[in-house]
Amino acid sequence: MEKNKHFITGVFSDHSVLLSAVKKIREKNIKIHEVFTPYPVHHLEDALGYKRSWMPKAAFLFGITGTTCAILMQVLMLGVDWPMIIGGKPFISIPDFVPVSFEMTVLFAAFGMVGTFFFVRDLKPYKVPRVFDRRSTDDKHIVAIDLVANNEKTQDELTSILQESGAEEVNTRNFTDSDNEASFVKYVVDLFSNGVTSSSRSLS
Amino acid sequence: MEIVAQNIDEKFSFSPKLKKQVFIIGIVGIILSIIGILVMNFGGHHGHEAGHVAEHAMAEHHGSADWVKRLFANLWINNLFFTGLSIIGVFFFAVQYVANAGWSVILLRVISSFGRFLPIAGVLMLVVFFFASHDLFHWTHDYLYDEAHPEYDPIIAGKAPFLNTPFYLTRMIAFFTVWSIFAFVLRKNALSEDANGGTKYYRRLVRISVGFLIFFGVSSSISAWDWIMSIDTHWFSTMFGWYVFASWFVSGLAGITLLVVLLKDWGYLKPVTENHLHDLGKFVFAFSIFWTYIWFSQFLLIYYANIPEETVYFWERLKSDYYSKFIFVNLFLNFFFPFLGLMTRDAKRKITFLKIVCVVVLIGHWLDFYLMVTPGTLKELGGLGFLEIGLPMVYLSAFAYVVLSGLSKVALIPKNHPMLEESLYHHT
Repeated sequence: MEKNKHFITGVFSDHSVLLSAVKKIREKNIKIHEVFTPYPVHHLEDALGYKRSWMPKAAFLFGITGTTCAILMQVLMLGVDWPMIIGGKPFISIPDFVPVSFEMTVLFAAFGMVGTFFFVRDLKPYKVPRVFDRRSTDDKHIVAIDLVANNEKTQDELTSILQESGAEEVNTRNFTDSDNEASFVKYVVDLFSNGVTSSSRSLS
Repeated sequence: MEIVAQNIDEKFSFSPKLKKQVFIIGIVGIILSIIGILVMNFGGHHGHEAGHVAEHAMAEHHGSADWVKRLFANLWINNLFFTGLSIIGVFFFAVQYVANAGWSVILLRVISSFGRFLPIAGVLMLVVFFFASHDLFHWTHDYLYDEAHPEYDPIIAGKAPFLNTPFYLTRMIAFFTVWSIFAFVLRKNALSEDANGGTKYYRRLVRISVGFLIFFGVSSSISAWDWIMSIDTHWFSTMFGWYVFASWFVSGLAGITLLVVLLKDWGYLKPVTENHLHDLGKFVFAFSIFWTYIWFSQFLLIYYANIPEETVYFWERLKSDYYSKFIFVNLFLNFFFPFLGLMTRDAKRKITFLKIVCVVVLIGHWLDFYLMVTPGTLKELGGLGFLEIGLPMVYLSAFAYVVLSGLSKVALIPKNHPMLEESLYHHT
């Protein structure tokens, strides 16, 4: 089965042109795969029609879990398993538990959020990201459109739409499966043979 | 991005209708206070038995009548609360400059308008202290310092170099004068910037703000010891300055947010979007948690160490039949309510939510000051009646009148502020 990816990329250097271009492209019912910008562009998420992240809800749940664990831990340790008199206070004295519960809430929420984010975005050290255009880390904004996902339009149509909306250049970008294969073994071998400073693959 | 050029030459007009509403609040407040005083005088017994015991104890101290004491205590609470609201206006204004904040530029006039009440608050404070010093502050009695007197108090006498009426008055006058001058100078420079433009005034304002913040850092703490902590003369807490400041700051932020939201409701401040409200909401949310943090830090250390001279403060409050419930009401209104109410992003961006939470927080922090002042001054005679509802309304009406009429004299948006553009396009 063909799993190679075919993209067409538009290059913009002005973020206000980019914003209007994104709007125009989306009005024509074209799905944008991703936009890469060297700096955060305000209102881009609105233009792309992104929904609010559900991460805060995850954070809340992680936090609640942390609080529950902390209170349970303290009650079980100091109240049930090994009661100790500390400062003449009751074994289970809620005010004393507050700082620990607070810290555990923060700890669970923070680690939980980072973990969730890594998991959801599939971030791992040996991941090989698709680099659409290296200039997106310098001074250009890159709009990537998946050719397969927009197969009702031809490549030429997409190119002209990008050019009409103000793209300075329109390029095609293809990724093969083997290029982007995330392999832990390959990562480790590369790490030993090339060291941490060099990349595991050539960037174009 | 669609916000572009808007009308930024807005001016707030203090309409006769609004003036009438402000006056009605004041008049209803006065009527309620008078009813409250009458009820205390002719309303028969005090509701709780402990009152009589305390009454006998008080009689030996040649204090004023109960209702006079309660009136003084209430005046003092409201003085503190509204002084806090107005000084936070100046403080928050200065913070914006020192932090080089861009988002808040279109709110600066509203923020600084709070400072206009400061001179009045100072005069009220002095007048109330002049009449009520013996009823509010135990340490003002001369016999405490007289070794020959049977009621000589070595602990209070030891504090005499700091806690004596002339020095106390000097500090009070100095603080209010310096604060008012800073408020005036900051406002004046901001207005000159509006008239003349250029970055000269901005840089000058930053420098003045730094000076103010340094002075305020010291003076807010000392004023908290003076005006509140010295009521319970034997007791002391190193957290107290921060605690009062936190309470002031949250109520000031809630007041600023409320005024911004109301102005938007009345059709002003069009460039203020939900993004600005979001940031104000974050401030109220964050500093409600800060207040709780300080409150709890003070409580936990005293609870844990269990030293009698420290626990007396919480003993008076938690072990009292009357005050104990207020501690929990206080924590609910000032922590749980804003914490859960403003937790989500949507809540911070909605005018209705902000209005409800800010009003609750303001009431909550008034109650916080009530809890700081009343147990020490009135012992078990404290109450929450018509007087406690009426008097804040009188103060609120005076405060609103001063702030709103001040606001109507200047343009609502500082059109020559160097960072105005950033504020207009603010996006969170």
